Amino acid sequence: MAAQGEHVTGTGFFTSVDDVSVRLAEVGYLASTAVATTVFLADRLGKPLLVEGPAGVGKTELAKAVAAIGGARLVRLQCYEGVDESRALYEWNHAKQLLRITAGRDESWDEARTDIFSEEFLLPRPLLTAIRGDQPTVLLIDETDKADVEVEGLLLEVLSDFQVTVPELGTITATRRPFVLLTSNATRELSEALRRRCLFLHIDFPDQELEQRIVRLKVPGLDAVLAESLVRVVGALRAMELRKAPSVAETIDWARTLLALGAETLDEAVVRDSLGVILKHQDDVLKAGSKLRLDAVVPAP
Amino acid sequence: MQIGPGETLDAAAALEALGLDHRERVRAGLAAALLRREGQRAAFDTVFDLYFPLAVGAPEGVRDLPVDAPAAWREQLAGLRDRLADALAADDRAALARLAAEAVSVLGRYGAPGSASDGWSAHQTLDRLQPQILLARVLAAIRAGQGGGGGQAPGQGQGQGGGQGSAGLRRAGEGFTERIEADEIRDRIEQFRRQVGNEARRRVAELRGTDVIARRAVAASPDQVDFLVAGRDQLAQLRRTVQPLSRKLATRLAARRRRAQHGRIDLRRTLRRSLSTGGVPLRPVYRRRNPGRPELVLLCDVSGSVAGFANFTMLLVQALRDQFSKVRVFAFVNRTDEVTDLVTAGRADPAGLGSRILAEAEVTGWDGSSDYGAALGGFADRFLGAVGPRTSVLILGDARTNGRDPNPAALARIAARARRTYWLNPEPRELWSTGDSVAGEYARQVDMLPCRNVRQLGEIVAKLLPV
Repeated sequence: MAAQGEHVTGTGFFTSVDDVSVRLAEVGYLASTAVATTVFLADRLGKPLLVEGPAGVGKTELAKAVAAIGGARLVRLQCYEGVDESRALYEWNHAKQLLRITAGRDESWDEARTDIFSEEFLLPRPLLTAIRGDQPTVLLIDETDKADVEVEGLLLEVLSDFQVTVPELGTITATRRPFVLLTSNATRELSEALRRRCLFLHIDFPDQELEQRIVRLKVPGLDAVLAESLVRVVGALRAMELRKAPSVAETIDWARTLLALGAETLDEAVVRDSLGVILKHQDDVLKAGSKLRLDAVVPAP
Repeated sequence: MQIGPGETLDAAAALEALGLDHRERVRAGLAAALLRREGQRAAFDTVFDLYFPLAVGAPEGVRDLPVDAPAAWREQLAGLRDRLADALAADDRAALARLAAEAVSVLGRYGAPGSASDGWSAHQTLDRLQPQILLARVLAAIRAGQGGGGGQAPGQGQGQGGGQGSAGLRRAGEGFTERIEADEIRDRIEQFRRQVGNEARRRVAELRGTDVIARRAVAASPDQVDFLVAGRDQLAQLRRTVQPLSRKLATRLAARRRRAQHGRIDLRRTLRRSLSTGGVPLRPVYRRRNPGRPELVLLCDVSGSVAGFANFTMLLVQALRDQFSKVRVFAFVNRTDEVTDLVTAGRADPAGLGSRILAEAEVTGWDGSSDYGAALGGFADRFLGAVGPRTSVLILGDARTNGRDPNPAALARIAARARRTYWLNPEPRELWSTGDSVAGEYARQVDMLPCRNVRQLGEIVAKLLPV
């Protein structure tokens, strides 16, 4: 397989790491060095990319951004408890099969049998969809940790060989390898076998400088000084060991809120009134309030 | 870390694709190919910094310290501190890295050069440099910069338009963010301390050989950190691992319950259902189980030597409270008192739990050392009603009685009433029954398990959970 060369195994969306950063930025995704490097490697080596990290740091967004750049269709498999083969891989269209059988009553059974297990009666689900077809594809397997352990076994064949076996039809192999991105919030340990097949990327909260750029990009109307204070306060909140640390998505929400409120600076009243936008537990609001001394008396001017 | 030939191939392919021009890209690429989970990252970074050092030898422009000239020494130290304060105020990462290298080179050297015991010490460097005392100075510098730019008192919350700080200092005045400035500076100082540590390791590695240092210097991942020897940083990190751990346990439990549904066939109901299909049992009915949720009683030694361990267990139990129908927590040093209310009320502040228990519950008598015999006896006399046939009892402690009567009869009374009793001991098995430990004696009465880190604790708690 390795002898076939890089261009056959890789998806070929990108030419270099810089290319990744620049083009991701063009579609509104500001990537850190680690993200850009890993995306490039996944593209070049043709390996699936397993992305872990806290909620709201842009794991799913990354897949969408890559699809947008590559001009690729995005095939998404949203995992949940109880997702199974017929939801993930393929299903036979029983209703259509029955119709076919009733329509052709005078033919022999052998003719009908070979006919009803043909492509026409196959309902491709995300994994099969992503493998078939010649157009560039990004396959997003979202929240892999929510799926049951058996589904991981199903993923193994798809992820290592990019093929799906349908007993009646034979093995369907990808003619064009999709760019595969799996996300996980680490609520369940993924199996070692699955991890081994993937490149691993942990996206953490961005550093202050990057987060400021993200805020400026997503909420262009916000004053630069205010954006900076905002990001710093969010950074302080993350350091507080809250039950749910504010994510990038919440930073952006907060920025939008401040913009809507017409706040010009970040002062006590503004923070106290809008803390609910970034913190989602009452305990956290109380704790942050006392740590930021929101109830402290302000000396009269 | 398990890294097989497959990972090595990936790493090689990654390096081929990336080239070696950008250090941070090489780091990210290798991490993507070699690592499997986030917990491995700290160890990876340490090793990476050792094998791909930023620089070799002493930093440029650093002169050796004249040992016999205290005045010059003081002057250089003061200069170093000045520049460090400036760099901290400006949050200049590059300058901080340079200063860390310089500080180790100037202050960290110990032993005679060329002898077998010389080297560079991060500890000594930080001890002499004392970066933490710069906090007030850095804060003052930042505020002075703001005063120059905006010219108004902080805390007023008036817009300054595009007011800028003076050159080199971060941003113009914003009343509110001043509150978090101190924490931010502390963070930067902490970063600097880590850089000094890396630098010292790098220099020693040049001296002793990289492989030797790499083997010694790599820290354990958080779930493997020993409770009894964890530092302050590690404790904070451990606390953060407890929250996701409880979720993991809860999902594992849900899976176990689901599987348990497919247990034995309920013959009577299967036959009854088969009446509708003419007596052919098409669909079997499974026997439903009562998901009996057990009660849990926790009996924790909270004396100094094992307090950290008891804290973690309480945190974990707190997080898993809804998996048990009833949880009661008792703490003791040499007297036993119920602390269930303190534990459940303190969800928002896990850090202060231990000290709150010591302050508010009656867990000590006339001295502060633990006495297992008295504590177990007290529990058996006063709180035995908390233990019933559905109760699992967890006793936490190192079983070091300080030479007092272990009172195994009290333990036997508790164990006889409980459904299961486990003793979790944070000491390794080899140390049981050495010195004043009576672990062996207690282990004859109840199951005693070593529980030294979060991973082991998670496994034990999972075992207790109901199906």
